[in-house]
Amino acid sequence: MKNIIRKYILENLLFTDDETVLQDNESFLDGGIIDSTGVMEIILFIEDTFGIKVNDDEMLPVNLDSVDNLVTFIKRKQLIAA
Amino acid sequence: MPRLLQETLLATTECYPDHTALVVGDVRMSYLEVTHYAYRLAHALHSRGVRRGDRVAIFMDNTWQCASSIFGVLLAGGVFVAINAQTKHDKLAFILRDSDTRVLLSEAHLARVFGSLVEQLPRLQILCIPESKALPAGVENLDEALVNMPTTPPLQSAITLDLAALIYTSGTTGDPKGVMHTHQSLLFVLDSINEYLGFTHDDRLFSALPLNFGYGLFQWLSAVRAGATLVLERSFTYPAQVFKCMNDEAVTSFACVPTVFALMLAHDAKQPLHFPSVRILTNAAAALPVEFISGIHRLFPNASLYKMHGQTECIRCAYLNPDLADSKPESVGHAIPGTELLLLGENGRAVAQGEVGTLYVRGPHLMKGYWNQPEKTADVLVPASLPNEFMLKSGDLFRQDADGDLYFVARSDEIIKSRGEKVSPAEVENAIYRLPAVQEVVVAGIPDPLLGQAVCAFVVVREGEKLSIQQIKHSCSERLENYMIPKHVLLLPELPRTTNGKLSRKLIMEQCEALLAKLE
Repeated sequence: MKNIIRKYILENLLFTDDETVLQDNESFLDGGIIDSTGVMEIILFIEDTFGIKVNDDEMLPVNLDSVDNLVTFIKRKQLIAA
Repeated sequence: MPRLLQETLLATTECYPDHTALVVGDVRMSYLEVTHYAYRLAHALHSRGVRRGDRVAIFMDNTWQCASSIFGVLLAGGVFVAINAQTKHDKLAFILRDSDTRVLLSEAHLARVFGSLVEQLPRLQILCIPESKALPAGVENLDEALVNMPTTPPLQSAITLDLAALIYTSGTTGDPKGVMHTHQSLLFVLDSINEYLGFTHDDRLFSALPLNFGYGLFQWLSAVRAGATLVLERSFTYPAQVFKCMNDEAVTSFACVPTVFALMLAHDAKQPLHFPSVRILTNAAAALPVEFISGIHRLFPNASLYKMHGQTECIRCAYLNPDLADSKPESVGHAIPGTELLLLGENGRAVAQGEVGTLYVRGPHLMKGYWNQPEKTADVLVPASLPNEFMLKSGDLFRQDADGDLYFVARSDEIIKSRGEKVSPAEVENAIYRLPAVQEVVVAGIPDPLLGQAVCAFVVVREGEKLSIQQIKHSCSERLENYMIPKHVLLLPELPRTTNGKLSRKLIMEQCEALLAKLE
């Protein structure tokens, strides 16, 4: 899962295949990687790819602001999904 | 009456020392605390050689240090240059060189952008908030620099005609221009804005707009002038956090832009939003689509909606009386208090009512010009009716109704407005031309339901060369702020030309109409 997310972020937000530019624990905000439209793209991507539904009140940095946060969030959502 | 911008902070601190000035995340600061921080910074800057008129750049996110540092720089007699935290290395270096900045104030997570400047700009001193990261060599720890500084007022020698700020803005030619504002121009427009919006000591202003551009900066300045509280968020990136903060803090004023209104209305369609505490709601930076207005009233049932218009060169120039928001949904109203707006034709004469003219602005809120750019200044600050008085020629075409209220028609230049931010097509084209495989590129704005306009690049690749859309976007992401990166890139075999052999955005748009219609 982590690699799929990394590949998506690298290709669609950093526009590169250079793996070294993205640290798994790096804040997307601090790294200047996303802004308000970028976060919408990430949400659409994880909903489509991992079959989860992101509620509006879950659009928080703790869930979405790094590769590690995304992995933890998606795993939890998959566990509690119907 | 204050003569210097920092005197607004000192006057408010004297009246309400313990009142909350700033709420940023978990941090709450009283006016006295903001003033103490600003005094310490002013002394620290003095001891590093900053003198009256020297430029000090603030390259930070929307943090309490950023807001407080603006006053610290002014108290040191300096001119603040606030730079968007999304700025990439080359543009940051350009702005620091262009403005001949003496000291850069920044944050550790931005060292990835400013790190190499230590060697490139040896005269520049960098002071940085350490956060939890180690600082690059040659960069001083800002917190340590402040800790032993006194909390006494530094000596002041500036007068109201001195520069207070250089605000960099995109221009049609590519490189950004430093808009020079004096204490006098900023104080004047501040009082005009606070007069028509009617902020009071009890207001709690909310902003997630960056402090480096006029609309965001003036949320903070308006709050300080009124002795109110500013609730500051870093950005609109995580909407749930923003909406919760607005309601938890019971904010009474909300500064918005059309793209964010669009996001809010989309959220509301899924999970209803409700902000009953807001009484003053403002829109600026781009025209508000008429179809948003009924939804906005539903989300903000107790708010007066102020539709406003401005540009960095005068900060703000027009607003519509909120009582007319529904009856004149397409208008941005008339001149702000104490100023005058004229609609002139190409012959310099006022156009007849209902006809399209270029907007000219008269008033004490005009910039002094573009930093080190007398020719570009002369293009926009043109002689007014009195000797040695100038008026501002805006880049905007308007028409006026019988009451004198203004309606935006178009921009007269090719600047793109995306998410309310100005995007210079030339600046984006220059970033793409950095790729040797590019033969030709034209950048234009195309209509977009969320962004207003989306940045679109039409690229011709040299014969025998290969270039992917991703490589083009990557080149842009290394040099441009995120909002300037083209949303769409079209690779074309050639670009159409006019009979004179010139590239024409209009022709390209016409020829690509079918392709553009297929884009999301």
